[in-house]
Amino acid sequence: MSEAEKKQEFNITIYTENQIGLLSRIAIIFTRRKINIDSLNTSPSEIESIHRFNIVINEYEEVVRKLTRQIEKQVEVLKAYYHTNEDVIWQELALYKVSTDVIAEKVSVERLLRENGARAVVIRKDYTVFETTGHREETDNLINILQPYGLIEFVRSARVAIIKDSEGFNSKLREFERLEPGEEVIENEYLNQGEKVFTM
Amino acid sequence: METAQETLTAPAATETVNVSGSVALLEALIAEGTDTIFGYPGGAIMPIYDALFDYNDKLNHILVRHEQGGIHAGQGYARTSGKVGVVFATSGPGATNLVTGLADAQIDSTPLVCITGQVFAHLLGTDAFQETDVINITTPVTKWNYQVTDATEIPEVIAKAFYIARSGRPGPVLIDITKNAQIQLFDFAGYKPCDHIRSYRPKPIVRPQYIEQAAALINSAQKPFILFGQGVILGGAEQEFKAFVEKSGIPAAWTVLGAGAIPSDHPLNVGMLGMHGNYGPNVLTNECDVLIAIGMRFDDRVTGRLDKYAKQAKVVHLDIDPAEIDKNVKSTVPVWGDCKETLPLLTKAIEKKEHTEWLAKFNDYTRQEVEAVIHNELNPTTPEMTMGEVIKQLNEITKGEAVIVTDVGQHQMVACRYAKFNNTRSNVTSGGLGTMGFALPAAIGAKFGAQDRTVVAIIGDGGFQMTCQELGTIMQSGIDVKIIILNNRFLGMVRQWQELFNQRRYSFVDIQSPDFVALAAAYRIPGKLVDDRADLTAALNEMLSAPGSFLLEIMVTKENNVFPMVPQGCSVSEIRLK
Repeated sequence: MSEAEKKQEFNITIYTENQIGLLSRIAIIFTRRKINIDSLNTSPSEIESIHRFNIVINEYEEVVRKLTRQIEKQVEVLKAYYHTNEDVIWQELALYKVSTDVIAEKVSVERLLRENGARAVVIRKDYTVFETTGHREETDNLINILQPYGLIEFVRSARVAIIKDSEGFNSKLREFERLEPGEEVIENEYLNQGEKVFTM
Repeated sequence: METAQETLTAPAATETVNVSGSVALLEALIAEGTDTIFGYPGGAIMPIYDALFDYNDKLNHILVRHEQGGIHAGQGYARTSGKVGVVFATSGPGATNLVTGLADAQIDSTPLVCITGQVFAHLLGTDAFQETDVINITTPVTKWNYQVTDATEIPEVIAKAFYIARSGRPGPVLIDITKNAQIQLFDFAGYKPCDHIRSYRPKPIVRPQYIEQAAALINSAQKPFILFGQGVILGGAEQEFKAFVEKSGIPAAWTVLGAGAIPSDHPLNVGMLGMHGNYGPNVLTNECDVLIAIGMRFDDRVTGRLDKYAKQAKVVHLDIDPAEIDKNVKSTVPVWGDCKETLPLLTKAIEKKEHTEWLAKFNDYTRQEVEAVIHNELNPTTPEMTMGEVIKQLNEITKGEAVIVTDVGQHQMVACRYAKFNNTRSNVTSGGLGTMGFALPAAIGAKFGAQDRTVVAIIGDGGFQMTCQELGTIMQSGIDVKIIILNNRFLGMVRQWQELFNQRRYSFVDIQSPDFVALAAAYRIPGKLVDDRADLTAALNEMLSAPGSFLLEIMVTKENNVFPMVPQGCSVSEIRLK
């Protein structure tokens, strides 16, 4: 089986209008095909009134390509792209709540946290909240480390990803605000001979 | 009111008129060219109906008997007229009754704008009387939907709705309007049609390099084959398509919804594709070297088993919807765009050719099919009539000029196989969704959409009973629809499958029917029962020359099968003649 034929994580980036009901319209594209969304982040983009979705799924590229086209077909979607993990820089944020007494007692805990790049966000008498960002394995790893010391609560955000080889995407996005955007902006370039995944 | 209306339609941006959301809606519909609305009133849409009372002279509202009938009528109207069908329904059950029609219009790319009433905005989410989450229910089956809670939004939203419904690959749009927005007064500054939405690209840009590549493939092909679908009709590209076919000399076969895009008896029209399509087009799909798909989406009923479908061929796929390219069949050259634009470019780039030998192959398969299937179907020697001979007789009288509206099942396949179409927009049927009960209401709409044409609905005894309440709509509107019920006293298509694949275990396909002629008579529609071949032609003539609607119930063979057939899970080249 070649790389392309294996299921792997894909990061789908979607630029949309800020419209009630659009989340559901995008979500059902996945649920209709019984595909689980592993992570979903939606947030205003750098341009006013345009939102950016980051969706992570574990699928075959063929499936992801078709899904992305179905997403882009929605009236209120400006653009949709997909990338492998290698094509993006991605991060997830995690918060860990631990008993302050334990940390005070065991110096090693503080060292462990520092080694894992965590920083304290809140320190109270009864508990301390640490924050770290990183890949899934990294934030998972810290859970395992803290578990023996009485981890009280843990939460992790959805993934955000930035595309490595995007050049001037911000300016292209702004072109959408013009009545007649240039050809390269409004065209889907991923059909182009299929040698590359979504280029911009 | 009169003076107000005149001011409203004039696009005087500086002057405003204080109107209700309901009046703004009706003004918007008129500005979009709407002349007919199919609808059913109810509590949450009453303000709109109250406004409609004063618009009788401009908007012809047809009171249907069920909202499903209303939306199918809207579909029929859109299919024959090429315009956007407009449907009104109330909230809750009124709106949920639209869902089947929305799904049907979505899969068959039919332009509709459906307006549903909704409870007052302050009651949303409270489980109010007749409140249902219509937006979420209809999201998967609409091209776009939107809930209006403030009257000031109405002009812009309706403009968007029409633009989205009719542009690009058409589809159904639903606008849910809360009752307070219908009542609310606001300063209406005139109606501006929409021609641009920044996030929406109705047509991909035509890329010259793909036209060149496609032309090169076509020019070098020895055994090219064209498959065409409704995209040709939706794009209004019938002339462009004909020019392409004639210059290229390539045999062309149609999907069910593509029927009529080129006349049935055009020498290069080689017949119907798919499960019950013609022998040659199916077999030769797996023999051609270049497959040119135009405005069609490789539905599973067309392709049969996908991993054995046209594997030897290079595929050129012309489609307006980028999501259709490579969805089911991988294309060698994707020719994105509206075929009205791409076909002339392609025609210009190809060489004029004739594929005499290759075309002869199709004709050879036709001869085999005539011998094995068609001759007996059209000229049966059995005492009972066949569906095919009814269609043949109908062809002889209508000469291929009628609009044929079919329901779903055996009669649909037989009608599509044998009906003659001289004109485009003549075959109205539920293709993708396969909605039984579609034909009767769709025929009503089809007639409103093409009032100068004869509209013949051909319906099975099962499907007719799903929406026969619309006989009431025919009675009240006085519309002229000719109805043929092909009664085989079975749910025939399911019975055929049970015979062929379930060892004749006829599970719940033995359907009893009322006296259809008496039922029509109860709605003051004349009718006749024909169960003797000798009476068939006279009865068809009587029906077609009747001054208004007429119902003809024709008794046909109980256990007749539609052949040829590509059994499910088989390749198109494994098509069976018996």
